[in-house]
Amino acid sequence: MASEVEKKAVFDIDSAKEVVQELRASFVAGKTKDYEWRRTQLKAMLKMMDENEPQIVAALRDDLSKPELESSIYEIAMLKNSCKLALKKMKHWVMPEKAKTSLATFPSSAEIVSEPLGVVLVISAWNYPLLLSLDPVIGAIAAGNAIVLKPSEISPATASLLAKLVANYMDSSCIKVVEGAVPETTALLEQKWDKIMYTGNGRIGRIVMAAAAKHLTPVVLELGGKCPVIVDSGINLQVATRRIIAGKWGCNNGQACISPDYIITTKDYAVELVDSFKCELERFYGKNPLESKDLSRVVNSNHFARLLKLLDEDKVSSKIVYGGERDKSNLKIAPTILLDVPQDSLIMNEEIFGPLLPIIMIDKVEDSFDLINSGTKPLAAYMFTNNKKLKEKFVEKVSAGGLVINDTTVHLAEPTLPFGGVGDSGMGAYHGKFSFDTFSHKKAVLYRSFAGDAPLRYPPYTNGKLRLLKALLGGSILGIIRALMGWSKA
Amino acid sequence: MLSSMEKSIAELRETFKNGGTKSISWRKSQLKALLQLINQNEDSIFKALDQDLGKSPVESYRDEVGVLKKSVTYTLSCLEKWVAPKKAEVPLLFFPAKAEVMPQPLGVVLIFSSWNFPFTLALDPLIGAISAGNTVLLKPSDLAPACMSFLVETIPKYLDNKAVKVLAGGADIGERLLQLKWDKIFFTGSPRVGRLVMAAAAKHLTPVTLELGGKSPAIVDTLSTTPSKAKVTAKRIVGGKWGPCTGQACIAIDYVLVEEKLASTLIELLKKTIKRFYGENIKSLKNISRIVNKHQFQRLVNLLKDPNVADSIVYGGSVDEEKLVIEPTILLDPPLDSEIMSEEIFGPLLPIITLKNIEESIDFINSKSNPLVIYAFTEDDTFKKRILSETSSGTVTFNDSMVQFLCDSLPFGGVGQSGFGRYHGKYSFDTFSHEKSIMHRGFYPEIEPRYPPWTDFKLLFLKLAYQFDYFGLILLLLGFKRS
Repeated sequence: MASEVEKKAVFDIDSAKEVVQELRASFVAGKTKDYEWRRTQLKAMLKMMDENEPQIVAALRDDLSKPELESSIYEIAMLKNSCKLALKKMKHWVMPEKAKTSLATFPSSAEIVSEPLGVVLVISAWNYPLLLSLDPVIGAIAAGNAIVLKPSEISPATASLLAKLVANYMDSSCIKVVEGAVPETTALLEQKWDKIMYTGNGRIGRIVMAAAAKHLTPVVLELGGKCPVIVDSGINLQVATRRIIAGKWGCNNGQACISPDYIITTKDYAVELVDSFKCELERFYGKNPLESKDLSRVVNSNHFARLLKLLDEDKVSSKIVYGGERDKSNLKIAPTILLDVPQDSLIMNEEIFGPLLPIIMIDKVEDSFDLINSGTKPLAAYMFTNNKKLKEKFVEKVSAGGLVINDTTVHLAEPTLPFGGVGDSGMGAYHGKFSFDTFSHKKAVLYRSFAGDAPLRYPPYTNGKLRLLKALLGGSILGIIRALMGWSKA
Repeated sequence: MLSSMEKSIAELRETFKNGGTKSISWRKSQLKALLQLINQNEDSIFKALDQDLGKSPVESYRDEVGVLKKSVTYTLSCLEKWVAPKKAEVPLLFFPAKAEVMPQPLGVVLIFSSWNFPFTLALDPLIGAISAGNTVLLKPSDLAPACMSFLVETIPKYLDNKAVKVLAGGADIGERLLQLKWDKIFFTGSPRVGRLVMAAAAKHLTPVTLELGGKSPAIVDTLSTTPSKAKVTAKRIVGGKWGPCTGQACIAIDYVLVEEKLASTLIELLKKTIKRFYGENIKSLKNISRIVNKHQFQRLVNLLKDPNVADSIVYGGSVDEEKLVIEPTILLDPPLDSEIMSEEIFGPLLPIITLKNIEESIDFINSKSNPLVIYAFTEDDTFKKRILSETSSGTVTFNDSMVQFLCDSLPFGGVGQSGFGRYHGKYSFDTFSHEKSIMHRGFYPEIEPRYPPWTDFKLLFLKLAYQFDYFGLILLLLGFKRS
């Protein structure tokens, strides 16, 4: 029997154009603006996750060897929470906000109305392929937009699962998933969008923004950086160590934008810190971490090679104090700690995004602030200390997307905090209401009446009018009275 | 060898790094100095605006000096409040924890301003940048040369030279500035240049605010109410077209939409109002700015060259090349595919487009790209609601023109082709700030299920925790729930 070779449609510029046209037609027809439609889509997304948890966990295992608990909690549970929050709060978010008016525009009333931007593009990353795809989509739906989601090809099982599930559960005339790699993304970026949200690295972030510039499309870029952890002495070392481990190896084995990248501590404290790490790491992952089921693998051979390059650099390989084992066939690298790596090493000059944790030593804890500020601004910065003054200094001096004191990564789960970068770690923010706002245009509306038409606005322009205008814009009632009475100086 | 431009910017970066712009007292002192600058140099400012644009002192005060004084005063009174961190709610699960959002300056910012409101569009963003604690390089437009020189000479006399610098020059200087790395770029100008600014910013991942333009329409539906309302409508339209810099304003009324049967009423009212405000004809023209330069003058004259467009002139049309003056001109139904109906006019020509039914104005506006403002003169609440929900623009103003600019509590900015980002009032402070999230945690209590090795118990615990199902958690801990 002759095998039928299916002709795979190529997603090129024309296909991208068609997709945008279709979505624009849906948007213009008002489908996505409808409040009930938004609720239905969010409910459908919840159902989608409830009914497909095992498949999602399996796809994440395929793509990343992600432990079930990480998939269930950091992807599915977090998404469901985000969805439920949007469903609960949306009725407040869509309400216009009253704005105060001043004497200058009396009598008038003013408000700020949220409206959808239109047709938006969400490009997501491979490390939290479900969360980073659907969390922005939740915001875009709540704000009333039509959406194209482009999941990362580096996590292909999750990408196809998303494509299938979204098509089955959600309104395809308004929400589409486009799978593919560089050519497909390029085709999408050529189109005119009303907003683009990109999660990934700075190199591609620049490309996305440059493409958006052609159409004056606003962008949100959620990028990365080297998230430092400052560890002071006089703390509960065990708790601190565990929290660092949870944020590093517990988050996709260090492959997360807010994972602790490196540690800064004093020369005096370093040995104690390393010992604590050794103890807790063994408690969590056993004597043979390469065989632990509780660690994700390195996503692919490219990244595996990249990480080995960082680890095997001459000036660095001698600094390993724990770990360093690797299993190429399973793409696993054991949790590895390095002590006192040189500042000019590769590992200290790019975002690690993997299970290697360098420790830098300084004389005094205060020195860490300048050290961090000498690099580019990271997405997050962490500090463990009980010293109130140091906490204040840390908060004041260190510029990063977000800061956490005495823990790592948990601010991600806090929807009342805007989540986003600054400088090289990105622009824009989302989560909770910030997601709704990021996909909305806040339209200013001023209502004026016909009463009170001050002739002083109009020509002929006279000195008297000038005096009165000065008083009116100055906002002082006394000034206005004086001007009206002609008592003010010209 | 660094050029003087690069040295200046290095100095700005050094000042910022050393914390020179951080303290509230520094920011306030700069804002007060700016207020002093404006107060002590009012006459020179009027003179420069007259020289560059033929603006009268009243127009200059109303649109530039007064606006700036108000903006500084408002910012000074609110600064402490804006700088304070805002508390964020934290769920019980994280107890004990404290969360807040703290605004921080972005660093070294670049402000490009435009020629039509050379003081407002330069100094209003500057007020925002300083209040947020940044160092600033201001690049005013060289198309308003007297104003630019004034700023270059006068700002250093009042403000901190190490933190605020003004650079004179043309497009070539602008291009060189765009090659460098900034922490924010604020641009007011045309969409064409806006694209170039954003593309340059992309290379450094620099966030931008683009205040652009578009064709801001005025929907007129109040002519058949009362004669006095009709008169006020006409005044506000005239004031909103030729009042600001003779139509050379991003928020000026670009064109008018009115019902066919009311067109002649409108035109008559407009003519009367124009004559009363600006004089009978081009020879006796007063109380109005002129066109900024020959290039813009020629562009506007060319819009009228198309014979079909010229035929549609119902008032005005005279030009004086020497004085760079075009008299207020009204056109009735020029062809919709003419340049005057597809490009932003930015000048004293007012097309009136007639419709069978005023409700058609919604589709008409939607056929063009999103404008900065939609003005709608109507008392019909249903129509107002339709305009709000069925059109998209930076702002909508009902029953007036221009005044939304004075409202500090309303965000001022565009959407789509009219730009993105916003400012005025607190929005200026926000646009030059990074909102940093901060979470404070305690060491106790510890939630063991956060840590591996993973077990079913831990999975169930976390699922309940993430649902904030405190009751379920208690049951689980007491052994009443099974994994």
